[in-house]
Amino acid sequence: MTRTLIWLPLLLFLAFFGLFASGLLKPDDHLINSRLVGQPLPAFSLPAAASDRPALDSTEFATGKPRLLNIFASWCVPCAAEAPQLLALKQAGVEIDAIAIRDARPDVDRFLTRYGNPYTRIGLDARSTVQMALGSSGVPETFVVDGRGKILHQHIGDIRADDVPDILKIVKDAR
Amino acid sequence: MKRLLALILLVFAAPALAQTALPPAPYADRQLDDPALEAKARDLMTTIRCLTCQSQSIADSNASLAGDMRSEIRQRIAQGEAPEHIRAWLIQRYGDWVSYVPTAAPILWPLWAAPLVLLFLGGLLVRSRIRRRRR
Repeated sequence: MTRTLIWLPLLLFLAFFGLFASGLLKPDDHLINSRLVGQPLPAFSLPAAASDRPALDSTEFATGKPRLLNIFASWCVPCAAEAPQLLALKQAGVEIDAIAIRDARPDVDRFLTRYGNPYTRIGLDARSTVQMALGSSGVPETFVVDGRGKILHQHIGDIRADDVPDILKIVKDAR
Repeated sequence: MKRLLALILLVFAAPALAQTALPPAPYADRQLDDPALEAKARDLMTTIRCLTCQSQSIADSNASLAGDMRSEIRQRIAQGEAPEHIRAWLIQRYGDWVSYVPTAAPILWPLWAAPLVLLFLGGLLVRSRIRRRRR
């Protein structure tokens, strides 16, 4: 009994060592996925965030055609980085609506003139209320919403050039 | 004189790399007028995880989203919503992860059982010690 027990501390040490080593080697994954993927878009109604684009209402998503809902902000650097990819998606025929988080209209206008405007409608979420309702935890994020207003997919972080085909495929498959 | 002027200008300078230009939400850094309601909000806020600085509660975090969440929680509590209802609303969106309060989910049963198991093992140890001494 004691002869086997004497190995217990060593075994415990090795177990903890393995645990910590695997924790150190594993890439740190800070993404928090929204639990609303697969569920209908929550109801919201937001005022217009840009001078030349209409406001955004959740009822406008159940139009029979899948669309993207891009969460962005004029103060967000990766959002500027993903602008070319959004323009490419728009060129490929994808309708994109957006929500500007904690933003102001002049700033959004300036951002859109500088980086291009792929959006059909832009809602202003000044207090992040709709962002919370969507289960979104940062900017930029992009939701794929199907023609009945159901959330199909959430892309966290900026859309890189190699993410574009995947997102296009999800949108095409939703049709 | 130049240095003084520079110092005075610094006081009015806005940080260039601030997260957002907007002022914080109305109740982000302001307590509710009713202390009882504020206490309720406070208790909830210290047990909701900040989504930006993920090891802090939203009560401790300076992230803009945490500020907006505090404001949202205070406003909802002022409107009479129950704290646990707000917690459930957040969990529905962000998962159990957003709340620091452990749930009764099966994966946590070992956690809840641990004190009993340890007490039991301790009891066994004490019993064997006492017996050995008696001998």
